Amino acid sequence: MNLSARTEEKVMFDHIASMLRTYEKKRENLMAILQEIQGKYGYVAPPALQMVAKHLGLSSCEVYGVATFYNQFRFNPPGKHQIRVCLGTACHVRGGDIILENFERKLEIKAGETTPDREFSIDRVACVGCCALAPVAIVDDTVYGHMAPSKVEGVILGFEIEKERKEREKQDSESQE
Amino acid sequence: MVTLIVDNKEIETQEGSTLLQACLDNGIYIPNLCYLNGIEDPPGSCRLCFVEIEGYDQPRTSCRVKVQQGMVVRTNTEHVRRLQKTAFELLLSTHHVECRNCPANKKCELQRIAKFLHFGLKLKRLEPLERDIEVEHEHPFLEYIPTRCVLCGKCVFVCRKRNGQPMLSFAKRGFDTVISFFGENDKPVDVCNECYACAEICPVGALLVKDSPNTSNPWKRGSFNDKGKCQTPLK
Repeated sequence: MNLSARTEEKVMFDHIASMLRTYEKKRENLMAILQEIQGKYGYVAPPALQMVAKHLGLSSCEVYGVATFYNQFRFNPPGKHQIRVCLGTACHVRGGDIILENFERKLEIKAGETTPDREFSIDRVACVGCCALAPVAIVDDTVYGHMAPSKVEGVILGFEIEKERKEREKQDSESQE
Repeated sequence: MVTLIVDNKEIETQEGSTLLQACLDNGIYIPNLCYLNGIEDPPGSCRLCFVEIEGYDQPRTSCRVKVQQGMVVRTNTEHVRRLQKTAFELLLSTHHVECRNCPANKKCELQRIAKFLHFGLKLKRLEPLERDIEVEHEHPFLEYIPTRCVLCGKCVFVCRKRNGQPMLSFAKRGFDTVISFFGENDKPVDVCNECYACAEICPVGALLVKDSPNTSNPWKRGSFNDKGKCQTPLK
């Protein structure tokens, strides 16, 4: 983790600490608090779970148990590019799980995780509403229909090339100045 | 006092007690995994303690039924046995059966139920479907083996009872449900009092105390009776 990410986290925890003060110390506030954290920051960091537990007087494992029960919470920051692989009925039948497996293998992370450089994160979703294009993967806001395992590498490569190009442009403009 | 008839035998029990407890108190064994004497709201999740009660057309889980005066109960009908065997079979299908190397061998509740139901520990009808979860070693005193766990929830209950707060809890859901101390790498952040009530109550040897010179392992201490039940009274 680089320095900026670390300060970012510290700011987040400070925010959460002040946000917690607005909630009464009642067990029934647990879901509302977790949802607010998830909504604001896109994920619920494990230390945040501990802060919530301490505030509500619950044990951390209990809060963890509740948070892991629901699919709506994630525990690591979402990547810059979010890959969502559909595993709805149609996509499942057309081999959506193989597409997911390919993304997982290529990026060396599992569904629900983020790459260490925070570039990519993979999520599994259940139906995105375009079953005719099955199997479907959505990367950021682009829908990739009729996905094939062989296309996975190309999608990721596209982003990597884009990133390199931007870096080169940045370097060029810096050297021109 | 309430009198009821179980398997043509008249038994007497206290009012307000559950049917399962009444039977167990009177020496009538009904297979069960998730029930504990004193549990306020029995989860009824193991689906093993079925009995047939006159007046109901379907078998009921006896842990969720309060005794009533004049109840007529049968614990060994064909219907009941079939439900119990199927539930037990499903439990076994995700259980890593390796009794010889298991510290719970001969004290295991699953072995006892298998013997009672005349049901082998080897699967015949179902394919084994073991969960692919790695064993966590992060806890300083406890070891949790998810492939042995039957998710009865007794450990969570006794821990809450002893310590006010459970230091371990169910996490995730469905087929992925595990008992968790905390977090991804399961490093516990709550302070464990080392009472080992959870390891003592575990009916299948899924929660163990780690071997170390400083900890006394209840599995070795012999605090179990023949039935694999904890004898240490709950506070």
